[in-house]
Amino acid sequence: MNAKNNNVDQLIEQYKTLPGGLLPLLHAIKHALGYIPESTVGSIAKGFNLSRAEVHGVISFYHDFNTQPVGHHRVQICRAEACQSMGSRQIESHAKQSLGIEYGETTSDGMVTLEPVYCLGNCACSPSIRINDDIYARVDKSRFDQLISELNMPELDKVETSS
Amino acid sequence: MTAQVFIPKDTTAVALGADGLALKMAQNIESRSLDAEVQRNGSRGMFWLEPMVEVKTESSRIAFGPVNASDIESVLDAIDDHLAGKSIDHSLYLGEVEKIDYLAKQQRLTFKRAGVGDPICLSQYQGLSGFKGLAKAISMTGQEIVDEIKNSGLRGRGGAAFPAGIKWQTVLDTPGEQKYIVCNADEGDSGTFADRLLMESDPYQLIEGMTIAGLAVGANQGYIYLRSEYPFAHKILNDAIKRATEAGFLGSNICESGKDFFLEVRLGAGAYICGEETSLLESLEGKRGMVRAKPPLPAIEGLFGKPTVVNNVLTLGAAATILEQGSDSYKDFGMGRSRGTLAVQLAGNVKQGGLIELAFGTTLREVVEGFGCGTHSGRPVRAIQMGGPLGAFLPESQWDTPLDYESFAEIKAMIGHGGIVVFDDTADMAAQARFAMEFCVVESCGKCTPCRIGATRGVEVIDRIVGDQDRDNNLILLHELCDTMELGSLCAMGGMTPFPVRSALTYFEEDFGINSRRDH
Repeated sequence: MNAKNNNVDQLIEQYKTLPGGLLPLLHAIKHALGYIPESTVGSIAKGFNLSRAEVHGVISFYHDFNTQPVGHHRVQICRAEACQSMGSRQIESHAKQSLGIEYGETTSDGMVTLEPVYCLGNCACSPSIRINDDIYARVDKSRFDQLISELNMPELDKVETSS
Repeated sequence: MTAQVFIPKDTTAVALGADGLALKMAQNIESRSLDAEVQRNGSRGMFWLEPMVEVKTESSRIAFGPVNASDIESVLDAIDDHLAGKSIDHSLYLGEVEKIDYLAKQQRLTFKRAGVGDPICLSQYQGLSGFKGLAKAISMTGQEIVDEIKNSGLRGRGGAAFPAGIKWQTVLDTPGEQKYIVCNADEGDSGTFADRLLMESDPYQLIEGMTIAGLAVGANQGYIYLRSEYPFAHKILNDAIKRATEAGFLGSNICESGKDFFLEVRLGAGAYICGEETSLLESLEGKRGMVRAKPPLPAIEGLFGKPTVVNNVLTLGAAATILEQGSDSYKDFGMGRSRGTLAVQLAGNVKQGGLIELAFGTTLREVVEGFGCGTHSGRPVRAIQMGGPLGAFLPESQWDTPLDYESFAEIKAMIGHGGIVVFDDTADMAAQARFAMEFCVVESCGKCTPCRIGATRGVEVIDRIVGDQDRDNNLILLHELCDTMELGSLCAMGGMTPFPVRSALTYFEEDFGINSRRDH
């Protein structure tokens, strides 16, 4: 925890003078730790000369900022209209069922956190999902299962999967 | 000349396997000792053909697509034949790229460079008329630049369609030591990807447009507010800004003009509402993305309270084209008060989805049938949603409406950012109406009660209507709720969520169980 806090303190120092630096800081903390621990709110507030309530308000406003640790891989399913028109609702229910979790939850082995996302800008080749920073097009149930099965090794490099 | 084999590095192409394809293609070219090399380009936006492989020789530029890993050997055989001067016989062969019907029928101004080459190669950009608009702008006064934009008739491409020149004029006329140019790259509407395509395939055009805006109004700092759902655009923009700065197109004393313009990308954090300009400014300031009341206009009190131009990616991109080609030439495209070109994005259940840049005035039907060639599923089209999640669902009787801001407003619909989502006849429009309310629940900033609470009640009322609980009275209630949201919300989130709901009710009432036995 100390190492984490030291890291956060350094980041606060780095971003506190940047105009509008709070969002970039929160992204940086999330990037470094995978989440924004509640315990950092006090020092962020102090560094930015804000109240704890204001910092908490910003963190809780944005879907990207989670205050609890998440799974090793973040899997997002697009729920927006273009993907719905191509059957994303079925992918959504299949994902929840096959992983045994709801949106916002993490599998018991800590491998996958499932989240909804509203548009990945890949709407001409729907349905789309995002796994970490990679986006996949024309995903059906079997493709979803295949992509999930490839996640078994941590941060497996994206391999050629064209079919 | 060594043949260049182009494989796009754009989100959609990569999502369809372009990275792996490029790797394998390079390996196979080497093992065959072919006189060719793989290069990564942007995308042409013909997404149904991705991954599309282009082969450029001294005399031609041909394409194959969509190419999968299993097609590599046969495509290389065909390329081999082509290089030997033989004719090509391959099922994926598309002929000369520029002559592909889908592309040839377009009027590409903003997207003229998309997919032609390496997006972050500066000399390539300059070779294709890049930074010519900036060079002209440097020789002009701020007022002269603003006059060019005004004369072009350019209106904001983000959705609200406000005349860009008037916005720039207001910022120019507002005194202030510090002014800002903010690019709204929070492209959140479902069915839209034009901003992403431009940023990934031609990022310097946005940089050029923003710099021109800075010179016009006297701003030395720009921010691109980019949604976090676009990780690849983020990387490419940062690379492009770095290179442009090193080459003197950004930073201090740009192009020896004595003027400065600094540019930075800021990442959003997954809030749809931050595409609304005042919410975006709050977010850029590091706050919750709560919508601000207008006035004051952002042009007068914008980012950090300073005069600020907030424009969409495509608006700023168009500014570069207008300066380069002249406002009269841009104005020649279009109809009525909608001048220039519209980047139509054809998406959803469509056979040939992609980016279609056309002069305003084409009908919706011409786009969906002429370019889209029907649905991906092969079933009949039932409804078209234009303009993102706040746009109306349109039945066939409305498809002959020309793409023009005013014509769409007349039918209580909107062009918005130009996204078209096609639904086939399996779509449940009551479920889509419910989703519109549900989306508003998730994405409302919470400032206005009709939006924050009305959306939650809207989901419940629609459930009761569909479940046939006191249906007639609940229908009255839903219309009253929609009135309240439309009239009592500060921004389009609450104010326009009723559009898809009401249009679904009006045109597809049978899906709500209303008059379900009536013949249609």
